[in-house]
Amino acid sequence: MRRAELKRNNRSPVTGHGSRASTTWPDDIYRVLVDQDIRQVTYVPDSGHARLIDLVRADRRMRAIPLTTEEEGVALAVGAWLGGERSILLMQSSGSGNCINMLGMVQECRVPLPMLITMRGEWGEFNPWQVPMSQATSPALTAMGVAVLSVEHAGEVGETVAAAVRLAFNTCRAVAVLISQRVIGAKQFK
Amino acid sequence: MKHREPTLNRRKAVADILKVRGDALVVAGLGAPCWDIAAADDSPLNFYLWGGMGGAAMIGLGLALAQPKRRVLVITGDGEMLMGLGSLATIGVQRPRNLAVIVMDNERYGETGMQLTHTRLGVELAGVAKASGFSTAGTVYTAAQLKTWIPRLFRAPGPVFAAIKVTTQPAPMVLPLRDGAALKDRFRQALLGDKAFA
Repeated sequence: MRRAELKRNNRSPVTGHGSRASTTWPDDIYRVLVDQDIRQVTYVPDSGHARLIDLVRADRRMRAIPLTTEEEGVALAVGAWLGGERSILLMQSSGSGNCINMLGMVQECRVPLPMLITMRGEWGEFNPWQVPMSQATSPALTAMGVAVLSVEHAGEVGETVAAAVRLAFNTCRAVAVLISQRVIGAKQFK
Repeated sequence: MKHREPTLNRRKAVADILKVRGDALVVAGLGAPCWDIAAADDSPLNFYLWGGMGGAAMIGLGLALAQPKRRVLVITGDGEMLMGLGSLATIGVQRPRNLAVIVMDNERYGETGMQLTHTRLGVELAGVAKASGFSTAGTVYTAAQLKTWIPRLFRAPGPVFAAIKVTTQPAPMVLPLRDGAALKDRFRQALLGDKAFA
């Protein structure tokens, strides 16, 4: 989705921004990536990550790597870490299902892998086809040994992502941050 | 198109490639490529996959981007490559100059009963790699072709892709280390030294 559409979503009445609302949470994530020396940023686009992807693409310190499917980013994280670089994987909740078998390799090899997952299929969703994988995202990731952190408010995104990245690299495991649709705003089909 | 029967021996082909590896880093796709590589040259700078089917080329990409001064060779099988065909497109977009993806193509799923793969049924992996933006891509059928291809695997500007057509002739299993964390740690220590555990 384009940024104009993202802005429109943020004005929508179903957006769940509370008193801690922040329109700069993608910038907060970007600062964490810079601070934590993340060099390879893999993604299958989601509207919720559109601004972050733009920021990453404009920064020569990190390489933006678009994928054809999310599991590619899991495998790439193993190679990046073998070579001494840090990577992070961005996706929408529907993509988490594509990663399941490849996450077995991350668990077996103890590879650090932060994953930032923007949720669809929950807060004010219009499209029923998004709901099944949305409901399964946290249990499926948990079943594969991924530590799951959730964030419901924009003002808490930056600190949660910072904590997740530290947890992933300090303890060598996969850690997912699920960013609620409440933060992003439900996609409008009109 | 008439099918051309593979004639090359996989063990000899892999041994011929690794004989001149120098300081190259090697990612081994699961199954027979692991046994071939372990038989030829069991180095700590080999990362052997015992799972993660479809991920070998992407591991090679992450490694090649992290280590731009080192040559990275992914040596995998045709079934494994077919499961991650999209990764050829992703690599084509990134265009790492130091990456070579080599498929030991016996046109079979060798670990599960020698069922035919798509490469026996008309799918040409080198064509997919070429169309995805690989700088050099080809299919190797003969010993003479392999001889001209080996220097390309190490020196041609990447990404380079080669499908090496090999027979189904059985070879003794040579099993490398299989603990994933140990494989990762020994690779990182050999490559990064003390920084591996910093």
